[in-house]
Amino acid sequence: MDSKNYIDSGILELYVYGALSEKESMEVSQALQQHPEIRAEVEAIERSLTQLSTAAAPYQPDQVYQQIKTKLNFKDQEVAMIPITRKRTNWPAYIGWAASVALLIGLFIQFDKNKELRQEVVQSQIEKNLLEGKIQVAEEDLTKTKTILSVLRNKDVIEVPLQAQQVAPEAYAAVYWDKESQTAYIDVAGLPTPPPGKVYQVWSLKLDPLTPTSLGTLDSFNEEATKVFALNNANESEAFGITLEPEGGSESPTMEQLYTLGVVNS
Amino acid sequence: MQPTELILQLQQKNEKAFQRIYELYSENTFGVIYSILKDEVLAEEVLQDVFIKVWDNAARYSEKKGRFFTWILNIARNAAIDKTRSKVFKNSKQNQTADYFVDILEEKNSFSHKIDAIGIQKYIDVLEPVCKKLIDYLFFKGFTQKETSEALDMPLGTVKTRNRNCINKLREILDV
Repeated sequence: MDSKNYIDSGILELYVYGALSEKESMEVSQALQQHPEIRAEVEAIERSLTQLSTAAAPYQPDQVYQQIKTKLNFKDQEVAMIPITRKRTNWPAYIGWAASVALLIGLFIQFDKNKELRQEVVQSQIEKNLLEGKIQVAEEDLTKTKTILSVLRNKDVIEVPLQAQQVAPEAYAAVYWDKESQTAYIDVAGLPTPPPGKVYQVWSLKLDPLTPTSLGTLDSFNEEATKVFALNNANESEAFGITLEPEGGSESPTMEQLYTLGVVNS
Repeated sequence: MQPTELILQLQQKNEKAFQRIYELYSENTFGVIYSILKDEVLAEEVLQDVFIKVWDNAARYSEKKGRFFTWILNIARNAAIDKTRSKVFKNSKQNQTADYFVDILEEKNSFSHKIDAIGIQKYIDVLEPVCKKLIDYLFFKGFTQKETSEALDMPLGTVKTRNRNCINKLREILDV
């Protein structure tokens, strides 16, 4: 087949118009399958006619498509044409909201955790303070105990055992007197706990004539774990005695309440 | 280029493919329908019917018989001509002035962005009267070669060659 003559005959235009008989049309269809130049010519004719007829349209009939979809009961009515933009605008908004909510939840969790952690810190601080206090107490006890021990070991210290009297036959006490530092260490571990409203009072005694001088009251008897009390003693003591007196102490010892008594061996 | 793949999907009742086909062919089809009816409301009605037929009868289209463009064109022209026989059309077209597609194009002042508007207007200006008639009968009204020959009192062979010259001029101006 001579393609050029075939094209020039004008049959292809009639083919695109649909002006040929069915038989002629099928022949052209077959020809353009076999000859690319014929196909190209047909497509060019089609493009020019598309432009010409499009120019005759009063406007773009996009809205007619919506009516067609409705008539055909298309399932994806929301997907086509306009709604594409609607979906596009919605997604970022949804994601935004979701992110905000997630962030808020996250913040609350963090805030909660933060609160918990702070409480833990406070508790730890309290425990630490308690432990520090205990350590301090232990250290103080240790220091006292060491002091007592050093006093006991000091050969210059005078040891005065105080014997039980009638009021409390089981009572026992001792005085360790460091003359040089004028300090008397009173060990009252063997005395019963004083009843409420009463205190032990320590006396330095001169024997001839019998003259008692108060060294002080043991106000913190219950609190002092070592039950050893250091009292100032500048007297030339010949004996020591401990009496039970009303709170605040007395001017002179109540002899009926004499718990222990001991004489200094010189 | 004929969208072979799209046509195949359309024949398998793919709604997306149908939408794409509509985008490709609706505006020029609307132009053909409008050039026959010259009424926007009626033309829209017919356009609807045409594309519903395209959806329903897509399986009947065969590349062996002709172009897909031609297949839709035939449906559109037949539907539009059917409409011209309706009472509504006859009542609305008492004062019909535009006889040819050319009259429509001459009256128009805005064109679709899809086309070379300047080229089309230039073409209308230089178009010979016989070309106006040939294109109007053969393309827009769907006359056969024989019917055109009789209507224009022109030999069959001349219809074919003269028409080719008319279309060549169009292609020349549009650079297609």
